[in-house]
Amino acid sequence: MISAGDTSFMLVCAALVMLMTPGLAFFYGGMVRTKNVLGTIMQSFVIIGLVTIIWVLYGYSLSFGPDVGHFIGNLQWLGLKGVGLDPNKDYAETIPHLAFMIYQAMFAIITPALITGAFAERMKFKAFLVFILLWSTFVYTPIAHWVWGVGGWLRNLGALDFAGGTVVHISSGIAALAAALVMGKRRGFGEEPMVPHNLPLTILGAGMLWFGWFGFNAGSALTAGALSTNAFVVTHIAAATAALVWIIVEWMHRGNPTTLGAASGCVAGLVAITPASGFVGPMSAILIGMGAGIFCYWAIVLKWKLGYDDSLDVVGVHGVGGTWGALATGLFAQKAINPAGANGLFFGNPSLLGAQALAVIATMAYSFLVTLIILKVISAFFGLRVAEDEEETGLDLSQHSETGYAFFDRT
Amino acid sequence: MKKIEAIIKPFKLEEVKAALNDVNITGMTVMEVRGFGRQKGHTEIYRGAEYNIDFVPKIMIQIIVEEDKAAQVVEIIERTARTGTIGDGKIFVLPVEEAVRIRTGERDKDAI
Repeated sequence: MISAGDTSFMLVCAALVMLMTPGLAFFYGGMVRTKNVLGTIMQSFVIIGLVTIIWVLYGYSLSFGPDVGHFIGNLQWLGLKGVGLDPNKDYAETIPHLAFMIYQAMFAIITPALITGAFAERMKFKAFLVFILLWSTFVYTPIAHWVWGVGGWLRNLGALDFAGGTVVHISSGIAALAAALVMGKRRGFGEEPMVPHNLPLTILGAGMLWFGWFGFNAGSALTAGALSTNAFVVTHIAAATAALVWIIVEWMHRGNPTTLGAASGCVAGLVAITPASGFVGPMSAILIGMGAGIFCYWAIVLKWKLGYDDSLDVVGVHGVGGTWGALATGLFAQKAINPAGANGLFFGNPSLLGAQALAVIATMAYSFLVTLIILKVISAFFGLRVAEDEEETGLDLSQHSETGYAFFDRT
Repeated sequence: MKKIEAIIKPFKLEEVKAALNDVNITGMTVMEVRGFGRQKGHTEIYRGAEYNIDFVPKIMIQIIVEEDKAAQVVEIIERTARTGTIGDGKIFVLPVEEAVRIRTGERDKDAI
């Protein structure tokens, strides 16, 4: 039966998650150089359009439609056929199926947008659009089905992922690593400073992400009540902890706490708590947030030793934070919080950690491999990178014929 | 006529302007500029990585005055812009051949 309370909650949560993608656009947009601010914002923003259409036409059906071999959904719900205003009892009994669909659409949108940080400032717009089309189709929809679809093999295995640690953050974080490796470094990387041009924009974006994340995690309860409240609270606790811990770590390491560190820390904490938010309590959330602040910071420092140009640290924040969160779910989950979940290692059940580790490894291996293939194919057909002079000019002018900041009106 | 070009620390601009106002210097042009001298830039830190930023933001003040006032203007800027730490900037004095006030067509000392 449809509940007015649950439905209104879920529609608001869908709107909150939608706002995360423009938030991400600002978060990333502030970190690039002036000449690439619009190109970077555009990559996130246009995904809202592109992935929405993919989702309605076939993406939702492949992710959540009737199971084929525990691997993917079938095409029975093509064009949202049969996805109507009655609830689908397998997914959410108290809201219209269409509400569940649009809520999930927002997840499908933000996930590929996260990857854009890895190849910031150098990807050809046309190649980028093809990449998003193929990645959404061949990476996102299967992994979403494995973890959340009825019949999905990771779901059957008992791996827990409350709001998308594997589906959203590990899949995008590892795709980012593949992308950074295939795309190569920006021209002049390591020789000339490439520093954020507008950190206030980045902080604004981080704030929008933090705000929207309440919809992401609390909404994943799919009902308004006890479970969504737990997810809401632990989400906030982990973000707050990780923001503080990150600036403490960098203060000790480099001598100053930075605003970019505070922004990065809160996002790392939000990433890490995502899979755990429906299964862990407040004190566990503090520990998960601490881990996120420490591990993600050092992962980013390590990037410089490894020498790849993951420009805006998608691997360090989403790959490492997502992995920590998935494993931490295996440590800190409690049936006392959510009877539908399982106990973790610290609550007497070591087997959950194994399932979590398997989910992490399977997601990483699949996402890395398929992303690599997609990029190689696009590279053969279109080329991935803008021409040298276009990179020098910047994406704003070369890809979009615009400039982000006008000091005088152009005549 | 002389042109005085002073490159100073940005936060010193208000103090310099006030001091020049007190001796009836009635106009100036100010630019946001970047550069380096012996100070050789500074370090910025983003996500644990250090970057050397060579070009440091400075303010350049341009003032055109009659010959006999130039020494006084230089002295005022020198005194008010000084902090004693590296990066206080420089002052240059250059000859000016001609000045025109566009609205009235006045020339030289009437125009400045």
